Order: sequence, then C-alpha cells, then structure tokens
Amino acid sequence: MKNLKRKLENISIENFLKGLILYSVLVFLIIFLVFPLGTLFVRAFQRPDGSPAGFEQFARYFTNPAMLQSVGNTFFVAIVSTLVSVGLAFLFSYSLSRKNIRFKNFFRYIGMVPIFAPTMLLGIALIYLFGNKGILTAAGLGIPLYGKVGIIIAESIYCFPVATTILMVAFSGADNRLYEAADSMGTSAWRKMITITIPNVKYGLISALFVSFTYSFTDFGAPSVVGGNYNVLATDVYKQVVGQQNFNMGAVVGIVLLFPAVLSFAVDRITSSKQNASISSKAVPYVIKPHKTSDRLAAGFCWLITAAMLLFFGVALFASLIKLWPYNLTLTLKNYDLTRVAAGAGTAAFRNSVLIALAAAAMGTVACFLTAYMTERIQKFPKTRKLTYFLGITPLAIPGTVVGLSYILFFNASWFGIPFTSYALQSPFYALYGTIWIVIFADIIHFFSVPFTTAVTSLKRLDKEFETVSESMGVPFYHTLGRVIIPLCLPAIIEMFVYYFVNALVTVSAVVFIYSARVPLAAVAIVNLEGAGDTAPAAAMCMLLLFINLGVRLIYEAIRRHQEKKGQRP
Amino acid sequence: MKKLIVTACMLAMVMSTLTGCVKKTQESPSEPAAGTVQGDESAAQGEASTTQLPANETQSAAVNEKELNIYTALEDEQVTDYLTEFKEQNPDVTIHITRDSTGIITSKLLAEKDNPIADVVWGLSATSLLVLKQNDMLEGYAPEGVDRILPEFKDAAEVPDWVGIDAWETAWLVNKEVLKSKGIDTVPASYEDLLDPKYEGLIAMPNPASSGTGLLTVNGILQLMGEEKGWEYLDALDKNVAVYTHSGSQPAKEAASGEYGIGISFGYRCINSASEVGPEIAEAVFPSEGSGWDVEANALIKKADQKEISKTFLDWAISDNIMQKYAENYPIVAIGVGSGVPEGYAQNPVDQLIKPMDFENLAKNRETTLDEWTLRYDAKSAQKE
Repeated sequence: MKNLKRKLENISIENFLKGLILYSVLVFLIIFLVFPLGTLFVRAFQRPDGSPAGFEQFARYFTNPAMLQSVGNTFFVAIVSTLVSVGLAFLFSYSLSRKNIRFKNFFRYIGMVPIFAPTMLLGIALIYLFGNKGILTAAGLGIPLYGKVGIIIAESIYCFPVATTILMVAFSGADNRLYEAADSMGTSAWRKMITITIPNVKYGLISALFVSFTYSFTDFGAPSVVGGNYNVLATDVYKQVVGQQNFNMGAVVGIVLLFPAVLSFAVDRITSSKQNASISSKAVPYVIKPHKTSDRLAAGFCWLITAAMLLFFGVALFASLIKLWPYNLTLTLKNYDLTRVAAGAGTAAFRNSVLIALAAAAMGTVACFLTAYMTERIQKFPKTRKLTYFLGITPLAIPGTVVGLSYILFFNASWFGIPFTSYALQSPFYALYGTIWIVIFADIIHFFSVPFTTAVTSLKRLDKEFETVSESMGVPFYHTLGRVIIPLCLPAIIEMFVYYFVNALVTVSAVVFIYSARVPLAAVAIVNLEGAGDTAPAAAMCMLLLFINLGVRLIYEAIRRHQEKKGQRP
Repeated sequence: MKKLIVTACMLAMVMSTLTGCVKKTQESPSEPAAGTVQGDESAAQGEASTTQLPANETQSAAVNEKELNIYTALEDEQVTDYLTEFKEQNPDVTIHITRDSTGIITSKLLAEKDNPIADVVWGLSATSLLVLKQNDMLEGYAPEGVDRILPEFKDAAEVPDWVGIDAWETAWLVNKEVLKSKGIDTVPASYEDLLDPKYEGLIAMPNPASSGTGLLTVNGILQLMGEEKGWEYLDALDKNVAVYTHSGSQPAKEAASGEYGIGISFGYRCINSASEVGPEIAEAVFPSEGSGWDVEANALIKKADQKEISKTFLDWAISDNIMQKYAENYPIVAIGVGSGVPEGYAQNPVDQLIKPMDFENLAKNRETTLDEWTLRYDAKSAQKE
C-alpha cells in the first residue's frame, strides 16, 4: 500500500497527461473502430434471432447463384477498372513529372476534380453521354452503358486522382545518376523505362494498384446509377440491409467485401516499409531533358485527359441546368431548388452535410494529429503506441459500406450479448443512434488513415531534439507541442482538414446506412432522387457539393501560397 | 508499474460507462434498422456515457406530443405538398418523415417491430399494412369521417386497423420516338402485347421487392392469369425486360426521357411524365386486360405510448381538403370517384381495375411471391450478362 502510494506520487503531472491522451485516443479507436467491427463479425455468425449460426449464413451465401455472380462481377469490374485507371494515371503522372510540358499545375488540378464530387455524378454524366439518348450515342459512339461497361468507366475516373497522387510521389523520388550512367552507355529510352524508371516506382505502382482495386471493389455510388441489372457486392449489401433489413446477411457480405481490402492493405504495408529504404541519401534529383517527340506526345496525352474530364463535368453541369432531357433543353435553375427534394428536407439535408463535413474535419484533424503525435513523439508506453499506430492505419482497409454497416449493428443495439455467455451489457452508445454524431464519427473513422499518415510523416520530419531539449530545460511537453510542433506542422494540419472535409462531404457508402429521418443528408438525398428517376435534381445536388469542395480547395491553395511566400522571406 | 496504474484508471473509466451488467432476459435485443430514429435528439447529443434505460421503459416515461414520426411511401413531391395544411394547423409539431419505396418502408417497419419508431403510417399499400396487421403491429382507430370511406378501401372491423385514402394501378409509359427509332410503330396495349419479341431489351419494370408498384403489377398478373400461367407470363416478360428498377416511378421517368421504350409504372406517374414530354413522344397506356392495383392507406402503429397527435394526424389525413388534394393526383380516392372521366384516362378508372384483388391473401403470400420472384429473376438477370 505504502509502495503504491509512493509510486503514485512519483507520477508527474506530465507523464499522467501523456498517458491520459494516449489512452484516450486508444479508447476512442477501440470504441469507434474495434467494437463496431467486432459486432459485424459476431453478427455474421448469428441468425437474425441471435442464436449462433456458425458458417450457416456463409454457406447460404455461397450457394446462392445470384450472390456468387455478384462476387465474380465485382472482381471483374474492379480488376479492369484498376488496370485502366492506374495505366492512365501512370502515363499522366509520368508526363507531369518526367516530361517537359507546360501548364503542369493546371493539368494536375484538372486530374484531381473527380474526388470532389460524389461518384453518382460520374454515373449521371455517363448516362447523358452514352445513354440511349446520350450526346455521344447520338454522334454514333454508342456503348452498352448499363452494366459492366458503365461501372468500369465510372470507377476508372473515380480512381484516377488517387492513383495519380500516389504515382506522382513515387516519380518524385528518382536518382538522376542512374539515368546519366545509362545515357553514357547509350541505353535506349525504352530500356531505361523498363530497367530504371519502372523498378524505381515499383512500390508506388503496387500501392496505386491496390488502392484503386479497393476503391472500385467497394464503391456504391456508380454501380447504383449505371449498374443496371449487373449486381456487385456494394449494391448487394444495400439490397440486403436497406431493402430487406436482413442485417446478418448484410454482415456476411460485409465480411466478403473486407477480404480483398485486407489483402491490399497487407501488401501496402509491406511495400511502403520497403520503399523507405529504396532511395539513398546521395541520390541526385531527376533532371528533365527536353525531347521533342515524347514531350509532344506527353502534352497531347495530358490535353486528352483534360478534355475528357472537362467533357464529363461539363455534361454533368449541363444535366443539372436543363429542364427535361432530351426533349426540352431550356436552361433552368429549377433543379437547384432544394426545397423541392427529399420531401421538403433538401435544404436541411444540404446544411447537415456541410455541418457534418466541418465537424468531422475539425474533430478528425485533432484526433489524427494527437494520435500521430502520441505514436511518434512520445518515448513512453511502446506497446500501446504500436497498437494505437496499427489501429490508426487500419481504417484504410475498411470500405465505407462496411463502416456504415458495422455502425448500425453496433450503435443501434440497446444491449450487446457477450459471445458464448448468456450475459448482456447495456450499451451506453445507443444514445448516439439516429443523431448527427454517429455520422460524424463514422466519417472520422472511415477517413482516418490518410490524414493520420500525413501527420505521422510531417512529425517524422521534425528533429527529435525538440522534445529532448525542452525536457532538459524543464519545459512541459504540451508547451513544446503548442509552441513548436503544431506551428511547424501547420501546413500538414490544414491539408488534413481539407482532406477530411472534401471526403466527408461527398461520401455515400458509409452514411447511406446510418442517416436518419431526423438528420437528412445531401449524399443520401442524391441516392434517393436517382432511385426515383429524378436525375436532373440529383445532378444539381452533386454539382452543389462539387462547387463547395472546389471552393474549399481554392481557399486551401490560397492559404498554402500565402504561407510559402511567408516562408521564403528571410 | 506507472503504466499499469494509468491502464487501470482508463479501464475503470470505460467500465463505469458500461453500467449494468445483467442477465439477458427472454426478449431478444431489439433488431437494428437502417436510417431510423432512436431516442430524443437533445438527450442523445449529451454525454455518450449516459446510461440508457431499456427501450420500453424510456417510452412509457414521457410521451412527446410535439414530435410525430411518419413513415410513408407517397411520392416525394406529394408529401411536401400534402403536408403544408397539416403544418399550418399544427405549427408547434415537428414532423419527421421517413420516405422510401413501399418494400423498404415495409421491411423497416417489420424490423422495428419490437421497438417501433413510427407513430403513424401514411399512404402505404394495403397489402403491406395487412402484413403488419398479421404481425399484430397495428392499433385499431376510427378516424373522424371514416364512415365516408367506401368499404373496399378500409379494414372490415368496426374499429378499422387501416383506412385507405386512394388507389393506384398498373400502367405503362410508351416512348413512341424510341420505339420508332427501332423500327417499331405499334404501341403495346395489353400484357400480351408486351411479350412481342420486338420489344426485347426495351422494357423497364420496377423490382417488386422494393417497389409497391412492382408488387401490385406482379400480383395483378397472378390474380388475372392464375399462379401457374402468371409465372409463365412473367418468365416470358423477363426476356423483354432490360432492367428491374428500385422504385415504381423510375421506369416511367426513364422511358419519358428516352432511356427505355416502355416503362411499367403506375397511372399517375405515367400520365404526368407523358404530359411533360408531350403526346407526340410519350403515351400512357392502361393494359386492356385490366390493371393490378392496391390501396394507399393509413394506420396507427401499436406501441406503449400512443400520442394524441398521431390520432389528430389520422383524422386530418382523410379530411375533405386533403381528399381533394389526393384526388388531384390519383383519380380514385377512397370516398369514391367524382362523375366524369379524369384527364388522361380513357375510361372511368375504376372499371380499369382487376376485380377482385384479395388483399388479405396477397399479404399472406407476399413473402412467398417475393422469394419466388427474386429466385427467378434476380439471379437470372444477373446471369444474363
């Protein structure tokens, strides 16, 4: 007892605070990530009445021809979309980083546009382009849109920005000495590509492939618009859960959805840990040498991508502005009248979506940064830190549909049964159900990993000495954090905030399961409008979200420029 | 050791929130439901650690007359329009509308059986309400003026479990321009006509699992032709169907915009969408054999704490003003059709309906019918690719 008392006295306030913060973020991740996912697993092995089912539901799932067909369909569209989007992104980012072309910034921004809009917008644009009455169909460029072709095109565009971002980073780390050596030996351009460039970006390429695969494997928005009768897993979950309220079967599909994501996640971890060592500190940055033919080809390719993007979003804008496609092409703003949609709750839905995006961005940025700070800059509690880090990167592998599904399963139960016993616990989290908070938390968890990694990277760059020096001078860690670390990481923090906001505003897959009549959401209203055949108002609502996101991004760019200028001053 | 103490502190904090470890009672934990409302928002936004009482106790604790949860399958734009009057009359009541296609509202209500969130159901198909009745989820209530409602539009009991407001029926929208571009200059006038191979891949039809219109169409066909012949017909029709849609209005809207040649939908939607694009392009067709139909009806949900406002709402929902509003959209309302043929209809719409539709029986068979349909066409349409 005396011993314990002395130990307690020995704990400095500072260490107590550190422990408190670290365990708070850990508990946060456990409650909002581990518990819901755990519930999903438990429910997949239960009958609807709660009795244990073993693999019975999985057996039912895998013997149902329609369901099996969906698994095949989903793999097919995901693989093809991945190859197409990564192929295009490879050429695009290669052109931007290794070729001598103009307007590079412009091209880069244009290539990013698809992430600012809900994926339904891509589907809608496709209908106006390639549908039975589509603009390009009329020009004789018809394609069998509904089904796999439509899904593949939409997913390819959807994955393009993220693949480009990853590959741009990969291309930026090159060692020019290798190229110089190759040139002096008279190596052909093609051979340099095969033996230097591609091995160099190998890990970036693998990571881009897997991220694109996960995205297109789990996306709900595009297949719901242009899928026709071509069933994929994401729409199956929706049919099971929302259509038939069969939560346990939904949980089974959720777990099937999780497999490739977990695989890609594992590959991603392995490759990213290797990548860190691939470029030596003596490397010389790549020098772009002009080469007329290939430069022209690269520029041409970039213009082609730009034209395609502008065509897509131009058509979507057009779709939202005309009265009645294709018979009455009068321009109108009627479709933007939010009071007419979602049973009169359109304005509220829109406001809620913006509020939720703001709240998720603010809280998520704080949570991510604290988690990153605790795992990177604190020497104590090594095992807990490792666990927290692992939980922090896990959401990357979890599709939005699975986040949403596990959230309803966990938060809507007023009691949890403890597996293998006849005991049940009252759930204190039941109160969150049906409120705006559950959506905010779902968004925070769903998009946790990328901002978390951003924070970790920017904290890693800071000198370890900051903490050591302040400790030796008796300055508490929170002063160092507030006065040194946070100001130095400010660009990363703003970037995290913007990432959260942009993604939370347009996400459909996670929120489609957990919204409630009390908290209508814009993204869900779009799904419902589209489901009722009201394509033009759906397009209008997508465009509004796109405009807000572009606005936020522009503000971000302005701030960044301002800061860079400030930084350049002596 | 320090580490351990901190861990213990944190654990204690977590455990204190997980209060009340009790033996599970007989009743199973209530089934969760997607996109529904639970608890009072202001309370819910408070501390997450607030311990919740078991659901039935919280319910009996306080009846909130200021909030009304309505589940409805009426059309989006109709809901906004209809509700204006009720909101004027009851300005201090907050209304939460949960609107979706018939099948989804039905499964949501069934999923929430043990812990219902809806106070009233407004404009849901009689077939679905009968399913709820068979599950003992409805509370009888005779709203003011229920005597005016024709007997085939309400529950037979003295205090009816459900009271109809209007009826809707199978129709299709034909886009003549699209058909012409495929070299077809006929307009299919009957179910039989739809089987013509020239319409292959041109028909959109609602999925009966999610859409009430889809279900009443399938039910109408089964009623008209008998079980065996009916399914044979649907097998043949499936060959011509390009897509089964989520909602009942989607096929008409998409046929009107030229995505499909023929959209199987319901009367109101077909006439409306056809008039939007004009008669030279689109035409609303009522099948010559007769239309499958269903009644849109209201009901009070059985729960421990009945609200007075729910009854006020049900009274209002069949009052004269609102009946007139219903009639603007659906010519067959539950107090009878006015004289004369409404605009867009070729004959008195009541004569168009297949009689009789045995709703009680259709409700009993609803699940079997849907399972059969899903087995035959959901799997098949996926394999076609």
